[in-house]
Amino acid sequence: MNAQGSVPESARRYALRRALFRFSQSGLSLVGLALVVTLLMIAVFGPSLAPYPEHLGGAVNTAARFRPPSLAHPFGTNELGQDVFSLVLGGTRVSVLAGLAVVMLGTLIGTVVGAIAGYAGGWTDEILMRISDLKLTVPGLILAMAVAAALGPGILNMVIAIALSWWPGYARLVRGEVMAKKEELFVTAARAIGAGPGRILFRHILPNILTPVIVKMSLDMGFAILTVASLGFIGIGVKPPTPEWGSLLSVARGYMPDYWWTAIFPGLAIFTAVFGFNLLGDGLRDVFDPKARR
Amino acid sequence: MLEIENVSKVFPGRRSLFGKSEPVVALDQVSLSVRKGGCFGLVGESGSGKTTLTRSILRLDVPTSGRILFEGQDLASLSPAALRHIRARIQIVFQDPYASLNPRMSVHDIVAEPLVIHRDVMGLDNRQRTDRAVELLALVGLGAQHLHRYPHEFSGGQRQRIGIARALATNPDLILLDEPTSALDVSVQAQVLNLLIDLQDRLSLTYLFISHDLGVIRYVCDEIALIWRGKIVEKGQTAAVFDNPASEYARMLIAAMPEVRSAATRE
Repeated sequence: MNAQGSVPESARRYALRRALFRFSQSGLSLVGLALVVTLLMIAVFGPSLAPYPEHLGGAVNTAARFRPPSLAHPFGTNELGQDVFSLVLGGTRVSVLAGLAVVMLGTLIGTVVGAIAGYAGGWTDEILMRISDLKLTVPGLILAMAVAAALGPGILNMVIAIALSWWPGYARLVRGEVMAKKEELFVTAARAIGAGPGRILFRHILPNILTPVIVKMSLDMGFAILTVASLGFIGIGVKPPTPEWGSLLSVARGYMPDYWWTAIFPGLAIFTAVFGFNLLGDGLRDVFDPKARR
Repeated sequence: MLEIENVSKVFPGRRSLFGKSEPVVALDQVSLSVRKGGCFGLVGESGSGKTTLTRSILRLDVPTSGRILFEGQDLASLSPAALRHIRARIQIVFQDPYASLNPRMSVHDIVAEPLVIHRDVMGLDNRQRTDRAVELLALVGLGAQHLHRYPHEFSGGQRQRIGIARALATNPDLILLDEPTSALDVSVQAQVLNLLIDLQDRLSLTYLFISHDLGVIRYVCDEIALIWRGKIVEKGQTAAVFDNPASEYARMLIAAMPEVRSAATRE
């Protein structure tokens, strides 16, 4: 009865191949992917790539203070004679991984809460949304400070603290989108076929609200990295000898404009990270949203 | 095959600051009987309760009173698992082919989804589902080359064919057609109607055909019922109703049908 002959590969493999192809068609998303992959590699291997690994542990070389960029010190040296290039490489780990962890954790909590609230409605919705409203009334940074102070300093505690103040934004976004999609005819169609709530939520509703979530995630990566830096600046989170972009910047602030290299390079690192994640986010949206493709 | 006995559905009025609005009676003591292998036409204007009735049959809405029996089983009395099995045998084709297909799913995933949901009954693995999807597409006049496309790449008529393929996936016995052609161009309507008639013959399906278009119903159905403001005002064999309408409403509708006359007689 199979008049058309059978197709050579299963649909899932084909869909994956097609998604990769579509992604590779856009030069900018490839640049974003390259930047993000490079950053992640540096985050993982940074300390071992640094030309002066001893500076990462807090070693100083006062004889070589404020050297401008040269072959020995591509990004120059800072007020303690430490190699800025090494510090920026070493700082990638804290900044990028903490930012990533914050956004992932925030999205995860926010999506679960928002999806349940939007799909269930009624009292569940009321309770969950009032809780997230409560979170929104407290400024994120202050809440993160309070949580971090209660949990004690440390990178993990800092991530948890920021993520706890981060999820309500996602919860509200996801809830609104779920409520709108829930009434779509294709959701009714799925219910008529006999699909259960889990399938309807994960297969029909969530894929259709992925675009705004991904866009928000890529935008938030920059804010998350900045928030991590802010907490570092006020002394919660990373302990001083560990380099971190935000604290490198804030220390270097005092030496502008004469010793510009101490501030410019950590700043460029932050810029590159944010830029890379934004391009990647755009590329991912094109893959996930066949309609937005041009 | 499908018995609808005295089904009523009342939507309670909304309470607001300025008092309570009147409850809406969407269905009022509706009784119908759809014969196996037949095509039963349900005709009514917008807001007459047609869609509420289909939602009740699919148990997306629960009737306020009355019973709906599918092959003698009361849908209200079924356990969730038994209801799921029944859902494999009652399928629906929706009016709007643009909104009823998930834009994020490929044609393959849309057509194969009922097979995944009812895999305990269908018993197909991934590979067999893909083959079955190709087979279903061929049945509705689409080809394997359409398998990995997304709904937005198709025309309205093609989308409706995809919707029909999805409805056929689990080899259902009864298909509810909720104005399946009214959102389509006139030229495409005829193609889809002929496809439906052809499929009914080949797969021995039973149709409950809902429409506001008497011409379409007359063309496809052998029994019809007229519904007006939630009440059945007339039912019977199609030919009998058209030739000899008993109710005022039926006479009015039939009189309002556009007739095709030749240019000579019009002048």
